[in-house]
Amino acid sequence: MNGLLRGAVRLWPVPVVLLLWELLTRGIEMLSFPPPSQIATSMYTMWLTGPAERLWLTDAALTNIPVSVGRLLSGWVLAGVVGIVLGVALGRSPLLFRFIDPLVQFARAIPPPMLLAFFMALFSIGPRMQISFIAFGIVWPVLINASEGARQVDRQHLDTARVFGLSGGERLFRIILPSAMPKIFAGLRVSLSLALILMVLSELVGSTDGIGFQLLDAQRSYDFSGVWGTIVVLGVLGYVFNSAFLAAERRVLSWHRSAKQTT
Amino acid sequence: MLEITNLSHTYGNGPTAHNALGGIDLKVAQGELVCIVGPSGCGKSTLLRSIAGLLRPSGGQVTLNGAQVEQTPDNLAVVFQDYSRSLFPWMSVVDNVSLPLRRKGMDKRQRGQAAMEALEEVGLDGAAAKYPWQLSGGMQQRVSIARALAYRPALLLMDEPFGSVDAQTREDLEDLTLRVRNLHNMTIVLITHDIDESVYVGDRVVVLSKAPAGIVGDLRVDLPGPRDQITTREHPDFVHLRAEVGRLVRGMRSPSPSAS
Repeated sequence: MNGLLRGAVRLWPVPVVLLLWELLTRGIEMLSFPPPSQIATSMYTMWLTGPAERLWLTDAALTNIPVSVGRLLSGWVLAGVVGIVLGVALGRSPLLFRFIDPLVQFARAIPPPMLLAFFMALFSIGPRMQISFIAFGIVWPVLINASEGARQVDRQHLDTARVFGLSGGERLFRIILPSAMPKIFAGLRVSLSLALILMVLSELVGSTDGIGFQLLDAQRSYDFSGVWGTIVVLGVLGYVFNSAFLAAERRVLSWHRSAKQTT
Repeated sequence: MLEITNLSHTYGNGPTAHNALGGIDLKVAQGELVCIVGPSGCGKSTLLRSIAGLLRPSGGQVTLNGAQVEQTPDNLAVVFQDYSRSLFPWMSVVDNVSLPLRRKGMDKRQRGQAAMEALEEVGLDGAAAKYPWQLSGGMQQRVSIARALAYRPALLLMDEPFGSVDAQTREDLEDLTLRVRNLHNMTIVLITHDIDESVYVGDRVVVLSKAPAGIVGDLRVDLPGPRDQITTREHPDFVHLRAEVGRLVRGMRSPSPSAS
């Protein structure tokens, strides 16, 4: 209870800023800067005026938001798997690193928006194009971190594993991957926030549903409070994903944080 | 059981080459505890890594129970000096101890049981579920020793095993080593730079010279047992032996006449 109270006290700037924003936007009366109350109303009509048996969710809420989140998470998982597998391989094999690293550096230097046309040509418009576009754009932080983490495994940990005759698989899953895990998690976190950006981007050009599509739709029909409403939803999604990720990281890497604090 | 013949090793080549081992011959009998002592940087660790199969020496050979050491032999365990980098911080104590036992073809239950027995022998059965970083340095080194014990190696190598703990813990760990060694009749090669320790723990003390390391002394320690931190260390033979080992170590360390 005490903690709840303290949390509430810490949030005091939120109502203050909202109030100022409300007064300011009402004062200047610009069409493209609607007051927050109007944004909230518009969000409500957009997503929460459906029938009661569907928890009041509208068709737009039930299609656009899950579709977008699905694309984001699929792209992120795909990037995570590819990034970890390729990154660990590059980190452990100097030969592979010499061959593949220039390619990696080349590919990651390309700004993802430039690649939209390429992915649209390759997969045509649809979820395949969106997911692969997201995955390609966000795989680099995971890949580079996994590669660094796998390369920097403590020499003596590896010596110990050799002396006690651990098999290749045991070394990979019990020594190398856990050692690299803190770095991999740092990469996954950066990728998750990038995934949100690329998800919107992919829906702005090649989509007929999703949050990004709804944003574009609202903009095209001069529904500015609708535009702001979608932006708010994107911000909330980003916040929720980051919090959930940090909670998962705390559980998985508890040994890492504690080991660092005590040594 | 361990036989080292004309072992030599040079790091690098050309003008920057460092000759670490210059032809070492050594035999260790079954059940013996041999301490290898020498000045720091003399190539003790190179010798240990060659015996463990972690390093391929430039010349000579190492045979363990008649088989030449090419890769890490499956009947050998090592206790490293730096326990914090040898135990895996993401595994509990009991998992650290039981991990190498998969190779021995034990099932999960047997591995757990063997690990608990080994932890009991080092007095840490109460800490099995903890993580290494929750334990003190001395306790972590006990876990390393338990891991080696559970593995039941034919030969146990110890690389400055008590170099990173305080004096009191050091004495405890020395006595622990003597106790488990008597219990299992293990063959142990212990590397140290501590002269007193080498005489107190060893059946034999082998003294290495400065790099390129060669053997400059091989003394048998005949102290009345069981050894005790106080009475053994005041025994005239102990005092005499440590002086002799000290002289051998130091003799090699003092500058050559031409340099002075």
